[in-house]
Amino acid sequence: MQEPAITPDLIEAHGLKPDEYDRILDIIGREPTFTELGIFSAMWNEHCSYKSSKLHLRTLPTTGPQVICGPGENAGIVDIGDGQAVVFKMESHNHPSYIEPYQGAATGVGGILRDVFTMGARPIAAMNALSFGEPSHPKTRSLVAGVVAGVGGYGNCFGVPTVGGEVRFDPAYNGNCLVNAFAAGLVDSDKIFYSAASGVGMPVVYLGAKTGRDGVGGATMASAEFDADIEEKRPTVQVGDPFTEKRLMEATLELMATGAVISIQDMGAAGLTCSAVEMGDKGQLGIALDLEKVPQREAHMTAYEMMLSESQERMLMVLKPELEAEAKAVFDKWDLDFAIVGETIAEDRFFIRHNGEVKADLPLSKLASTAPEYDRPWEPTPEAEPLGDVPEVDAIDALKALIGSPNYAAKTWVTEQYDSQVMADTARGPGLGAGLVRVHGTDKVLAFTSDVTPRYVKANPVEGGKQAVAEAYRNLTATGALPLATTDNLNFGNPEKPAIMGQFVGAIRGIGAACEALDMPIVSGNVSLYNETDGEAILPTPTIGAVGLLASGEDVIGCDVREGHVALVVGESAGHLGQSALLAEVFNRVEGDAPPVDLDAEKRHGDFIRANRGMITACTDLSDGGLALAAFELAEAAGVGVTLDASTNAELFGEDQGRYLVACGFDKAEELMIEASQAGVPIITVGRFGGSDVRLGNSAAPLSDLARLYRTAFADAVG
Amino acid sequence: MKAAVIVFPGSNCDRDLAVAFERAGADVTRVWHKETDLPEGVDVVGIPGGFSYGDYLRCGAIAAQSPICRAVVRHTERGGYALGICNGFQVLTEARMLPGVLMRNAGLKFLCRTVGLTVGAQSEFTAGYGEAAEIALPIAHHDGNYRADAETLDRLEGEGRVAFRYTDNPNGSDRDIAGILSENRRVLGMMPHPERAVDAGHGATDGQPLFAHLVGALAPA
Repeated sequence: MQEPAITPDLIEAHGLKPDEYDRILDIIGREPTFTELGIFSAMWNEHCSYKSSKLHLRTLPTTGPQVICGPGENAGIVDIGDGQAVVFKMESHNHPSYIEPYQGAATGVGGILRDVFTMGARPIAAMNALSFGEPSHPKTRSLVAGVVAGVGGYGNCFGVPTVGGEVRFDPAYNGNCLVNAFAAGLVDSDKIFYSAASGVGMPVVYLGAKTGRDGVGGATMASAEFDADIEEKRPTVQVGDPFTEKRLMEATLELMATGAVISIQDMGAAGLTCSAVEMGDKGQLGIALDLEKVPQREAHMTAYEMMLSESQERMLMVLKPELEAEAKAVFDKWDLDFAIVGETIAEDRFFIRHNGEVKADLPLSKLASTAPEYDRPWEPTPEAEPLGDVPEVDAIDALKALIGSPNYAAKTWVTEQYDSQVMADTARGPGLGAGLVRVHGTDKVLAFTSDVTPRYVKANPVEGGKQAVAEAYRNLTATGALPLATTDNLNFGNPEKPAIMGQFVGAIRGIGAACEALDMPIVSGNVSLYNETDGEAILPTPTIGAVGLLASGEDVIGCDVREGHVALVVGESAGHLGQSALLAEVFNRVEGDAPPVDLDAEKRHGDFIRANRGMITACTDLSDGGLALAAFELAEAAGVGVTLDASTNAELFGEDQGRYLVACGFDKAEELMIEASQAGVPIITVGRFGGSDVRLGNSAAPLSDLARLYRTAFADAVG
Repeated sequence: MKAAVIVFPGSNCDRDLAVAFERAGADVTRVWHKETDLPEGVDVVGIPGGFSYGDYLRCGAIAAQSPICRAVVRHTERGGYALGICNGFQVLTEARMLPGVLMRNAGLKFLCRTVGLTVGAQSEFTAGYGEAAEIALPIAHHDGNYRADAETLDRLEGEGRVAFRYTDNPNGSDRDIAGILSENRRVLGMMPHPERAVDAGHGATDGQPLFAHLVGALAPA
């Protein structure tokens, strides 16, 4: 088949800038073929190469005694004792989900699950952080319905419990929703699989589903801004099949147990190209592929299409040749394709043939290592204007404004569409704070949370970045877990704009400082840039996914308050209302600075909570919405009223950091206060749980009325 | 007491069901869908939840045609016990071991929540609960809306074969039916997941009496 000629238009259509094309000419010393141009565009787009972000990502803390594998592999790995490890990562599927919500979200879940089981781990928990445009926007309702159904459709069928996540709404996401999928798996520390190939002449094996034309050019699409022609991009979205993924996972884990796997890599963004280059590059080997051997779903596929297809549920593996029969038997059992499509070679070459014809012949290591890297110009985000006067409003009215907004209402409409209990190890599903999953067959428990407050990050990227990590730390701590490590999913606008790049650089600085201080190294992550439509950027949204551990014998701190419990706040309250939920939901004002984060205090207060877990019956972190919202959430979950003594809006709705709301019996409260004063940790009594009303200072309403609003507002707004 | 848990491609509650049987003291074998016979001496067959064969065509429809399903039919025709949970209930109806069908939830959405149930029939599956006991179990399904013609429903009720009824119908099922028994009361199909509520770590243990009594009742004296 005649391949198209390489023209400036074709180069531009591949997302390559003229100077990037010149770089290709320098590397190979000739004009690339069409297939080669496709391969370069796949390897060098922002999504795969991290060319705008790498320089700054290198500053993040990524090591620690608990870290087994940091960033660079399919997922990060952290030790959880007893020869076991947890494997996890978070990844975005923003652009595909906006174009085709169900499949975009579904394949986002599929991709992150594959990242986890590729390393030999069985997925045991999932979370999803979703950001949508304002509820009244004409697209929002259908995006919410499609994305939530897609997340559920894939995860439920695959059989992994979805135990946490976030859902937020803001006009800044009107033209660009965010779908950030997290998955975690469990592996024995001595049975981890990596992607580096080894040995010359080893068979390269294709596993899983057949290759079709879906997703060709998907990674390049995901690295561009949107405009009015977005509908034309629908064919770049992949189609997911969770049933095949479930079989692929079972077959892959069985295959690994046979000892036949030398190295393995899933086919995600830029499919066959990225996975083959990755395995070769890490093993300092070349790879030769014969594309006619690739299992194909459609007739007459070209080399270009096969190399760039993003068909789902596929893996590439380097096999021990003597165990080929055993390996094939496993895939036959699961009725999945197993085909030897090439071999490892000694030369540094990515050599692609199709029916005997050479379609690409490139220096493999250069494909991986010479991707452009930019030090993009950036401007620090200007200091936020001070917050103007905020008039006092009735506290119950303010609470109603919050819990009547889909941002703070119960997310049951969403979470009930996710199976949160499959695998029968879920100790706490989504709803209140971190999700909890038992390590199967042990009394250890893993805690999972995902957090960020994009308003804060926009006002003050450094403090906002710190806050996202600090909130994750608190959510894990509130269950009694020790935070272990972090994955970051950094969603920003166009990095070629210095103001956006400034948000990115600032957020990374804040995240890095917090991860360092709180001993939660970053072990994996993903960057999603160009989240803009017609030049309008999203709110900077660096989603932090974090994992904590309750070791054997450590009790979980619950969240069920009871009649007569004392309510106490651990941490200092200054009444910070800048960028608060109160300001946004009641006054429709987005003003002031983000709350400052004192990382030493965060650490001290977290250690205090864990050390005194025996005295605490219920605990939750204080974040957006402040004391009033947190107290209401605990009260509502238990069906018990609450009385808070504070009466000013700042006291009730201030969003000062480093704070927890704790509930316990009167005698324990006294003990806890003594312990706190000895530890130098601020603690005060703020009220008590009991009765059937919610009483905030002088204002009160029946809990049942508020609960009804809280339970129905989400579906009323977008359901 | 010997239990066999069937594993179809796409089953995802097979381990959970096996663990629940084991905790109750059963000797459990997991049986692959391509097998044509059950292991020797199996007392009860568990058909687990999940998405057998991707639930393509209709939930449970392809599984009902699988080699192992024919062996399960023979087992029940011989008077053997079978417990189908969620997708397993769908398989039992598709294979005509139980009457009726399970259609898409009335709300058209997948639904995962804990629901109230009343226990309503005499059988080895339900005898561990008191008379007309009220319990709570998790559900997690997209197609749990039980439907049958009026005659069948009357018969199920008349013969006391409605094992579980929802106290607050979540999916539109006829007459709030959550689980039913075969004529000989040895085959139970139910949408709720008792295997997800068998130890304190689950936060609920209302599934435990089902497994405990069944395993005890079928154990050799």
